[in-house]
Amino acid sequence: MLIFEHARPGRRNYSQSPAAAATTVGIPEDLLRTVPPLLPEVSEMDAVRHYTRLSQQNFSIDTQFYPLGSCTMKYNPRACNSLAMLPQFLARHPRAPESTGQGFLACMYELQEILKDVTGMSGVSLTSMAGAQGELIGIAMIRAYHESRGDTARTEIIVPDAAHGTNPATAVMCGYKVVEIPTDREGNVDMQALEAAVGPRTAGLMLTNPSTLGVFEKNVAEMSRLVHQVGGLLYYDGANLNAILGKVKPGDMGFDVIHINLHKTFSTPHGGGGPGAAPVGVAERLLPFLPVPVVALENGTYRWLTEKDRPQTIGRLSAHMGNAGVLLRAYVYVRLLGAEGMHRVADFAALNANYLMAELSRAGFEIAYPTRRASHEFIVTLKNLKEETGVTAMNLAKRLLDKGYHAPTTYFPLLVPECLLIEPAETESKETLDAFVSAMKEILEEARTQPDLVKGAPHSTPVRKLDDVKAARELDLAWKQA
Amino acid sequence: MPFIPHTDDDIQAMLASIGARAIDDLFDEIPSELKSTGLKGVPDGLGEMEISRLMLERAETDGRYLSFIGAGAYEHHIPAAVWQITTRGEFYSSYTPYQAEASQGTLQLLYEYQTMMASLTGMDVSNASMYDGASALAEAALMAVRSHKSSRRILIPATVHPVYRNVVRTIVRNQGIEVVEAPYCRESGQTLPESLDAFGGEEFAALVIPQPNFFGILEPVDALTDWAHRHNMLAIGVVNPTTLALLTPPGNWGEKGADIAVGEGQPLGIPLSSGGPYFGFMSCKQALVRQMPGRIIGRTTDLDGRPGFVLTLQAREQHIRRSKATSNICTNQGLMVTAATIYMALTGPEGLRRIAAQSHANTLALLEKLEALEGVKRLFSGPVFHEAALSLSRPAGEVLRTLEREGILGGLSLEESHPELGSAILVCATETKTPADLERFAQRLGLALGAA
Repeated sequence: MLIFEHARPGRRNYSQSPAAAATTVGIPEDLLRTVPPLLPEVSEMDAVRHYTRLSQQNFSIDTQFYPLGSCTMKYNPRACNSLAMLPQFLARHPRAPESTGQGFLACMYELQEILKDVTGMSGVSLTSMAGAQGELIGIAMIRAYHESRGDTARTEIIVPDAAHGTNPATAVMCGYKVVEIPTDREGNVDMQALEAAVGPRTAGLMLTNPSTLGVFEKNVAEMSRLVHQVGGLLYYDGANLNAILGKVKPGDMGFDVIHINLHKTFSTPHGGGGPGAAPVGVAERLLPFLPVPVVALENGTYRWLTEKDRPQTIGRLSAHMGNAGVLLRAYVYVRLLGAEGMHRVADFAALNANYLMAELSRAGFEIAYPTRRASHEFIVTLKNLKEETGVTAMNLAKRLLDKGYHAPTTYFPLLVPECLLIEPAETESKETLDAFVSAMKEILEEARTQPDLVKGAPHSTPVRKLDDVKAARELDLAWKQA
Repeated sequence: MPFIPHTDDDIQAMLASIGARAIDDLFDEIPSELKSTGLKGVPDGLGEMEISRLMLERAETDGRYLSFIGAGAYEHHIPAAVWQITTRGEFYSSYTPYQAEASQGTLQLLYEYQTMMASLTGMDVSNASMYDGASALAEAALMAVRSHKSSRRILIPATVHPVYRNVVRTIVRNQGIEVVEAPYCRESGQTLPESLDAFGGEEFAALVIPQPNFFGILEPVDALTDWAHRHNMLAIGVVNPTTLALLTPPGNWGEKGADIAVGEGQPLGIPLSSGGPYFGFMSCKQALVRQMPGRIIGRTTDLDGRPGFVLTLQAREQHIRRSKATSNICTNQGLMVTAATIYMALTGPEGLRRIAAQSHANTLALLEKLEALEGVKRLFSGPVFHEAALSLSRPAGEVLRTLEREGILGGLSLEESHPELGSAILVCATETKTPADLERFAQRLGLALGAA
């Protein structure tokens, strides 16, 4: 039932809005709306019950194991939320003077400094509101750098075929042509193809390392040399930073610009699709181009650097300073972890992934890159199972929902057929992983003995398999009053 | 070991299963010369008690002020239920709803949100959110260029929020899209259609129309929309959602209505929080839906014919279409939309109308008090909604600093963004301000202006 179907004309929440209807005398008659908007007329209790019930129809980290590859669904500590929601932080207006926000700015400045160290970069801007926006900033800075040198013949960005879809989409948004290069049998970027692709038109290379195939690009130093040699720059997509946090710094791998998904590695909540935050870090030569604002500490006082301080900045990406509340949550998280805790994040993310990979392999699942170490995630391919039983990766994913587990990422990366990208994250216990392996084994058995049961899944969720084709053909994007 | 549950026995058993001697072995594919030598810039970890104390101290340092700043972010009362429900773990810690059957809560809520936003803006369809109002406007500009096909230029009046104009330029510049600024009337503070006639001979993909504009003034939106359509441009409305409880929605502007509406969703139950996270909204006419960026939720049925909700039209998006996607946007502002939807359900049409009307009335009352002071003048004659620009007889920065010492944030100085206006401030009073608050502000401003 929709909230609109709970509504009754004239029902109101008297304590939620001003008691008297004020005058609209200053507004010209011809600018006033004649039909009220379709907002539900419900009581506070109706709304609370309705949205509480809706929440109960979600899987979430707080209720289920959520091994969604590439998304780093780790536990979101509650302290990060409650401390970011202290009343003074919530009430602070974005345009309030810096003198009234020294406590907040201290957190932002320290977060910038910590992220600089963790990534091995020379400067960080916190303004980006999501990974894809971080990418846009990064590629825009690469473009600004080349243009500032009068180097305008560079029209191409190189992207491996295993990359997230945001990489090629971003390169195009920045006016570049995308050159896609293949992956070799071991899951590394094909070095011969890369060598053939680099040249005077190369503006840069976008790389995720460890890659979305769940393995570390062993040739990263050579890749850096190849790209730099022709005058291109290296972009690090930080989607998988959790795997190497404290172990390897992207700056040491030769990257010139990076983004970090705080909603992955730094445990800020995913919120059903955001908000994220994706600070961008740069090497020395890109410092002048960083987007503003950036926090500076001068004579014991924090202040925002603006266009005046950074005349070569690529500009602004948000109306204010980005997702401050997300940044506060990440700040609390890094202070809880400390340096030692950061090392352990990578240690246990790797331990959980490699353990789960070993156990699933023993249980009869085919690992896509069996000779490689898993980073913080790995890929299972069901190509043979599909041939044998007709059960697809999507069928298995849906059957997992019946068993109380969120599904792994399916059909990504696109180059591995019938794939499941599995990322357990460091916060899960051995018992949880063992129970997940048992569920996977049961489904394997079901696929062989009762394939229709698996193909018809899910059976126990609030709705059964939904008709995507109908959704796209008979578009129903808003409820209409009967 | 924060947030890691492993016991020593677990670690040994797991390493044995893997066939590794130590956890370090799991990193043996990383070339040793790349390995980090340590994190010297990261302090030692704190316990929850210690970090709580630190954050409380910092929050107290920042304190609380009586604020009359608007300028794109507005202080409104947020019902207690909004964030209590929004921060339930099932909303807070779930992912983008790719697995529809395991995400019906989020998906249905987003469908309800799309319904509310489409109706509030008078449009056919809404997406599930953008990052914020400024980036939503940039995406609308890109969308207009994609659908217009023959022009790569956007006409933006100078009455649009200056930072929005900056963000649009930053985002569209690299695709060779030109942003042209149209002047405003210094008398009324509005964008007048007759002043746009100078651009009438040129080709543009779209005209951006703010309502209310950056100065808090109501624009002649009907005439501007018709002007855009007469000149073969799309009309993009940039609107404040609270005001739409009272004002004609963009979909009904002029003869045909605006084509795209965007704006900052923050006034709908999102705390000011130093600027974010907020959310941008975007809605449009049905004909443009396939050009829209971002997530869109559709209603469909399951195998048993029961209604259910899915992400739809995904062929527009980067995870399917890659380099040919309408945008690179992936993660958006889901949790903020959750809060906004609950906010709109709790206020309802009459509640939101009262909030808007009270904000308008409070601003008129504030202006009456302030204009009675010597040295304060309204800058523009156009009608205001809940914000207005004032000129001061003393330097704005100095006056605002004096007020700050009294615990009052007396508005935003326009000296930097609009030097042509001299010493000027932008003030706003929402429904949160009492008559006593307005009186206190007026009295202190009078003193600040009178002070030698």
